[in-house]
Amino acid sequence: MSTSPGRATAQEHAESRRGGFSSRRVFILAAIGSAVGLGNIWRFPYVAYENGGGAFLLPYLVALLTAGIPFLLLDYALGHRHRGSAPLSFARLRRGTEGLGWWQVGICFVIAVYYAAVIAWALRYTFFSLDLAWGADPEAFFFGEFLQAGDVAVTADVVPGVLLPLALVWLAVLVIMALGVQRGIGVTSLVFIPVLVLAFAALVVQALLLPGAGAGLDALFAPDWSALASASVWGAAFGQIFFSLSVGFGIMITYASYVRRREDMVGSGLVVGFSNSGFELLAGIGVFAALGFMAQANGVAVGEVADGGIGLAFIAFPAIISEAPAGALIGVLFFGSLVVAGITSLISVIEVVISAVRDKLDTGRLTATLAVGVPAAVLSLVLFSTTSGIYVLDVVDHFVNQYGILVVALVSMLVVAWVVRALPVLGEHLNVHGRPRVGTGWRLLTSVVAPAGLAVVLVLALQADLTAPYGDYPAWLLLSLGWLLVVVLPLLGFVLARLPWRAGTHLDGPPPGSDPAPPLQAPPPTAPTTRDRTATGQDEGGPR
Amino acid sequence: MSTAAIVMMVVAMVVIWGGLALAVASLLRHGAVEDRTEDVRRDL
Repeated sequence: MSTSPGRATAQEHAESRRGGFSSRRVFILAAIGSAVGLGNIWRFPYVAYENGGGAFLLPYLVALLTAGIPFLLLDYALGHRHRGSAPLSFARLRRGTEGLGWWQVGICFVIAVYYAAVIAWALRYTFFSLDLAWGADPEAFFFGEFLQAGDVAVTADVVPGVLLPLALVWLAVLVIMALGVQRGIGVTSLVFIPVLVLAFAALVVQALLLPGAGAGLDALFAPDWSALASASVWGAAFGQIFFSLSVGFGIMITYASYVRRREDMVGSGLVVGFSNSGFELLAGIGVFAALGFMAQANGVAVGEVADGGIGLAFIAFPAIISEAPAGALIGVLFFGSLVVAGITSLISVIEVVISAVRDKLDTGRLTATLAVGVPAAVLSLVLFSTTSGIYVLDVVDHFVNQYGILVVALVSMLVVAWVVRALPVLGEHLNVHGRPRVGTGWRLLTSVVAPAGLAVVLVLALQADLTAPYGDYPAWLLLSLGWLLVVVLPLLGFVLARLPWRAGTHLDGPPPGSDPAPPLQAPPPTAPTTRDRTATGQDEGGPR
Repeated sequence: MSTAAIVMMVVAMVVIWGGLALAVASLLRHGAVEDRTEDVRRDL
């Protein structure tokens, strides 16, 4: 591969137009913002409690160190070495794997469409907290008055109370995305992540001061060592790590492509991985301290009030807020944290799609933002601001997570490790500026341990879904919005991969100047090696 | 809180938050390959 000065300069120009994070600090905060999402707050505490309490720490740490962080570094290496969105990075790795990138893009588009709805609910609940609008029965309020959920069906009956905050969320996200990688995503992360940590720390302190907090923490941390013998507990640990770290579906590939070439991606990955787990631990302490208070107030065991997901956030927590001293403050901090954590994750998900469109079609930032964001917002408003929104969301979320993210992550990892056999060059790339150095251990973890962990999670999920229909939803709903969707996404991905790249796009190997490692496949002598892009004035030129 | 729960909570904090502190320290020690003063001006 030629790395002549002319080509390198053109590549630098192309990358400058593509945009990037101005520093390592911004990248790390953006990556933490992506990883720390709703799942850290409402999923981890309950998963830990359900799977051995304090004993869950062991499989959780094993999963983090043997699968989560190694997989995170794989994503970083792919994006940082190949300097492109997920489809472009895969195309540069080997042309035939581009479809994997588009499969990831499809998954991100679907996630963005429904994830915004949950943020909109949390936004509304931040204000509900001020006057305890849910009254004496938070469950009836959430499903009845707020969501106006009726029978399980897909309807077009709009719920104005959801429509307005959802439109606001999308407006905010579109503005952030239009501002670009540094001025939009970067600055949002720089401001939001410290705010999130401070707000949640204040919530934890407030929760720890509540009577009964100790009982809640006892329920969370008391170890049940017998749980370690259960495969499902280990599967839950690997699942929590994978879902929580935002690995395997294009986000970290995309973000890593915006990082300067001379950067320590291994050290950055360790900071991101431990930050994500650190926040989960903080969330676990805060949530279970509050649940302990609720249990004591109602004279029941913590196990009877413990819940996860939507039930924890929109039913259990409002009940806690109603009964706790300074409940309004707890409510604003809790739901405000959900909004902030959700926004920083949502922008990372939608950036995967925008970045792919920009790379493939060579469009400006604003054009790509509107081309991706407006259809996503319209779909989101049509599907999730109706009386059937909660059901559609629940089904799509379950199937896209279990059989979208998990399968594409597993397939991508196996292809990179065993078909393309790219781990040695990717490891070499990480070691150019990265410390500690990655070697045989990392390759073993990434090619064997992490895929095996993912496979266990997948088999357990499949087993559960084939034993009983998910959520007791009707078969037509599970088929159309569940199974069909997860089958269509990879097919669509490989169809999109058939579309030609714009003339002059560098494929087959990392672009000139990426690192000293040789490409996996040398491009044909006549192949163009740089992108001939014309400036539109709509892009940022973040220093690289 | 039971003793076992307190021990596990402390272990979790030490391992995870301690791991984070070590990772940050390692990154600061090894990662200073470029002038970071410029970054501060550029980030915001």
